[in-house]
Amino acid sequence: MMAVHEELQNVPPEKLVVEGVSKWFRTRRAAVHALDNVSLTIHEGEFVCLVGPSGCGKSTLLNIIAGLEIPDSGQVLADGKPVLGPGRERMMMFQESALFPWLDVMDNVLFGLKLKPNLKRKERREVAKYYLHLVGLEKFMAASIHELSGGMKQRVALARALAPNPRVLLMDEPFAALDALTREQLYGDIQRIWQERKKTIVFVTHNVREAACLGNRVVLFSPHPGRIQEKFQIDLPRPRDINSVDLAKYSSEIMSALKRHLNSELAEVAG
Amino acid sequence: MRRTLVVIAFFVLLLGMWEALVRTKIWSPVLVPSPLSVARYIKDGLQSGDLEHASFVTMRRLLIGYVLGLVFGLPLGLLTARFKSCEDTLGVIALGLQTLPSVCWVPLALLWFGQTEAAMLFVVVMGTLWSVVIATDNGVRTVPPIFARAARTMGSKQLHTWIKVIVPASLPFIVSGMKQGWAFAWRSLMAAEIYVTILSGFGLGSLLNYGRELQAMDQVIGIMLIIIVIGLLADKILFSPWERFLYRRWGTAKN
Repeated sequence: MMAVHEELQNVPPEKLVVEGVSKWFRTRRAAVHALDNVSLTIHEGEFVCLVGPSGCGKSTLLNIIAGLEIPDSGQVLADGKPVLGPGRERMMMFQESALFPWLDVMDNVLFGLKLKPNLKRKERREVAKYYLHLVGLEKFMAASIHELSGGMKQRVALARALAPNPRVLLMDEPFAALDALTREQLYGDIQRIWQERKKTIVFVTHNVREAACLGNRVVLFSPHPGRIQEKFQIDLPRPRDINSVDLAKYSSEIMSALKRHLNSELAEVAG
Repeated sequence: MRRTLVVIAFFVLLLGMWEALVRTKIWSPVLVPSPLSVARYIKDGLQSGDLEHASFVTMRRLLIGYVLGLVFGLPLGLLTARFKSCEDTLGVIALGLQTLPSVCWVPLALLWFGQTEAAMLFVVVMGTLWSVVIATDNGVRTVPPIFARAARTMGSKQLHTWIKVIVPASLPFIVSGMKQGWAFAWRSLMAAEIYVTILSGFGLGSLLNYGRELQAMDQVIGIMLIIIVIGLLADKILFSPWERFLYRRWGTAKN
């Protein structure tokens, strides 16, 4: 029975494979064990949220997947090939927008496109316009970055990350600095864009409810050293509303798991 | 409109007080010339072409020296910011020489180059160079690392990242360094022109000094006014476009 069930499943290919990744950060005073033998498989088209308290290594893992940091042991495979450095296939979005203040909105979106070969000037502009339209900012093409609100900045950052058409989007607490109302709008936008553009998204957050709202899967990390504690499957229809009751069940489940792990860790330390 | 009126009223009042004080004859007219005689000197100087020529000589020295200072200063600043070995060697020299008032280069320049244009240029270059090096170095160091990281994820590599991200990101610092370099160059050139006679051309500084030798106070004050005006114009013409750009993009304060 189980075999038939598995046989009938339509399993998408493995997009990202994290294999036994460990990472230490050494400072003059101490060595911090940021990641301890973490393994994780993310399939094509998945929306995976990495959640956990600060210092659990979730952002470090994201940087390693991006190729911005090198693991001390283990490796990350993207489409079966080891990640050796940053690549256009895996775009990153940061907590601060990291937009370039010397460029206007359009030129910011064009920055990554200009580094992509085989695109003519006109085509690049067309592509950039498409993504600015997708995030609802086509009217602000010529605006300077400092003129935008926090939410608009993150939308431009999203358009910039999407523009080179990466298959994977890596998001490091991109909405953490925004007010609640703006954040809710962006939850809707990111879900819509994910469905429209069929991306694989890895989303790092410390907000459990946000993780439950956005992810198909939520991976719970625990700190000291950074490890995967538990994985949760979120089977809710899209688009999801952050305030829905169904969602609250999932988030309280994850929250209690998080507390359990933290308490057991504290007990370990005390004992 | 009202602001303009206030400005006009202020300067008219100032000139009026100056003229009135001269008329009281408290001081000898040799020491305190009337604004009218200063105006007459400027008018005659302009008509004979002496002032234009002197201004041209001075501006040419300044511009060539300044551009040379920038051309060498920017890359050197990038090098000291990028490479530890450059920071420990060139960086130290730049820091040391920046503290040296650029007038102090004049004796050395004269011994090396004699009373030539090269000596003048050397003084201006030395006045500009080090503050540009230090401002560029400083600017590069304050660029948030996240810019380079973001660029790298978009496929930007070493040299591309430097030209397209690091340099433009440090632009506010570079522009203020350029301004400071300009101020130093201007001051050092004037000092050099005042006390060195350069046979290849008489600049404004030389004219100022002749004014003293001839005890022509109208000339002294007239030249001083022209030096002020050139300084103001240079500020407007050279730096306003940059500052407007910075204001528009970064939202920094407008001067």
